[in-house]
Amino acid sequence: MNEQVETMTANTEPASNIGTRPFYWSVRREIWENRSLYLAPLTVAGVIIIGFMFTAVGLADRRRAVLALDDPAIAQAAIEMPYSMAAMMIMFTGFLVGVFYCLDALHGERRDRSILFWKSLPVSDFTTVLSKITIPLVVLPAISFAVIVATQLAIFLISSVVLLAHGISPMTTLSHTNLLQGVFILIYGLIALSLWHTPTYGWMLFVSAWARRAAFLWAILPAVAITFFEKIVFGTNYFADFLKHRFLNWAEEAFAFRRTSHGTPILDSLSQLTPGRYLSTPGLWLGLIFAAICVAAAIRLRRSRGPI
Amino acid sequence: MACIEARGLRKAFKTTTALDGINLRVEEGRILGLIGPNGAGKTTALNAILGLTSYEGELKVLGRDPWAAREELMRDVSFIADVSVLPRWIRVSDLLDYVGGVHPRFDRAKAETFLARTEIKRTSKVRELSKGMVAQLHLAAVMAVDAKLLVLDEPTLGLDILYRKRFYDSLLNDYFHGTRTIVVTTHQVDEIQDVLTDLMFIDRGRIVLESSMEEFESRFLEVMVRPEQLDAARALKPIHERPVFGRSVLLFENADRDQVRALGETRRPSIADVFIAVMGEQKREAGQ
Repeated sequence: MNEQVETMTANTEPASNIGTRPFYWSVRREIWENRSLYLAPLTVAGVIIIGFMFTAVGLADRRRAVLALDDPAIAQAAIEMPYSMAAMMIMFTGFLVGVFYCLDALHGERRDRSILFWKSLPVSDFTTVLSKITIPLVVLPAISFAVIVATQLAIFLISSVVLLAHGISPMTTLSHTNLLQGVFILIYGLIALSLWHTPTYGWMLFVSAWARRAAFLWAILPAVAITFFEKIVFGTNYFADFLKHRFLNWAEEAFAFRRTSHGTPILDSLSQLTPGRYLSTPGLWLGLIFAAICVAAAIRLRRSRGPI
Repeated sequence: MACIEARGLRKAFKTTTALDGINLRVEEGRILGLIGPNGAGKTTALNAILGLTSYEGELKVLGRDPWAAREELMRDVSFIADVSVLPRWIRVSDLLDYVGGVHPRFDRAKAETFLARTEIKRTSKVRELSKGMVAQLHLAAVMAVDAKLLVLDEPTLGLDILYRKRFYDSLLNDYFHGTRTIVVTTHQVDEIQDVLTDLMFIDRGRIVLESSMEEFESRFLEVMVRPEQLDAARALKPIHERPVFGRSVLLFENADRDQVRALGETRRPSIADVFIAVMGEQKREAGQ
């Protein structure tokens, strides 16, 4: 038997399985493992759609009132409201999923010992960590985009049916909004958002590579500690303000919002996108440098880390 | 060419020295058993060989420095750490897709052939498989890789005897051949006695015995001594003595075969018996 095997393998060249794509497959395996990456946004989308169905009862009356308004900007803001609410809620879900994904990405594999299996394959720590940071930076925004567009489409269809049933043309939605432009703004917004949050994801990934336990605690503890320390010792809030800026101010840098006479921010023109101002924000670049350092540290840590 | 070559391999943790200057040379085509008590440094040695841990000293595996080049090394090295490291969430078919997608020497058809002999369904997730099936799956994935070195760290831990036997049978019959090298650690030493070509005992980070199996069998001899010859036997300085069914079994190292045969019924000692004797000696030496 042994002999047979020997001649068999001696005749064949080393088995070559050409065209391996470690990065591609590493990203795919992350999606296999973390089904919440798409299940969470889908669930939120489902809740939004069901919620919208409940409000659809009074939709026709509200639409009539809106159409009677003099200010087209307010009318537009009112009609767009469910669409932008859906987009914001799903984007926020994507952010939360991304944070928790990153916190577990390099911790879970050590906890369940599967790191020993992953490391038995010819995939470098560089490729692995890079594939993991790709999830919140590329995969999640892409999923968010698809789910948001589908949700908005569903909202449009439901409202059209309801409006038609009450004798109002669904075209009143289209004439007051610009859905195609909305898609473009959404893509721009998703890119700006994920670049802005890159340092957060990088930090979480670093903590998940470093912490032996309670990764979540280690991730937020330094921020809480610095905030309190600063408050107690200097009586100032610079760090807290900085964090607030870090999490919330991306939209103000990326867009020049117009406000209706009611003060509702509206976004109805591509000229309101300010990529120049966004890209020249020093905080963005400092954040990206910080993220790069975190990712590099995570790669180094993964190299020497084993099961916990 | 030596498959593994180490000189002065050292690894110290904060409180312990896991490897205390090991010299090691494993030739191609050998099956080496690394035997030692818990905490002896076996896993640390394997981790160093696999590029999972840094070390001091010199180490070359298939001509490469494992710590600097784990990724390249893993094209030619396979390892099974223990039976439970396959991710529990993965589907069997996805696992094969993934390994096929990243490993240049993986032969999907071979893996399918091995799996066809088992009852593992492609659509099952690892968490749904029994421990034995997970081991079979891991082995199928590993055997489908055309590697030069296979490292097994307690590969049959927690498996029942049937699976353990099958595991080593497949390994020998379907996988091992003259240009492959296997390094294995296990506590079930007697089960691999006939599998091994070489043997190494390791204790507290040092190699305490190193021998080929042929050498091992000529070096150690066990005798069930007739009671009236016990004193004469003890005079020959056995390295170990243990009672079996009211009689004494003495283990001799490098003893005169004819002289020993006259004392009673001789037999081939098991690795476990020699291990206990050698470790006992180590302890006595350490105690003095």
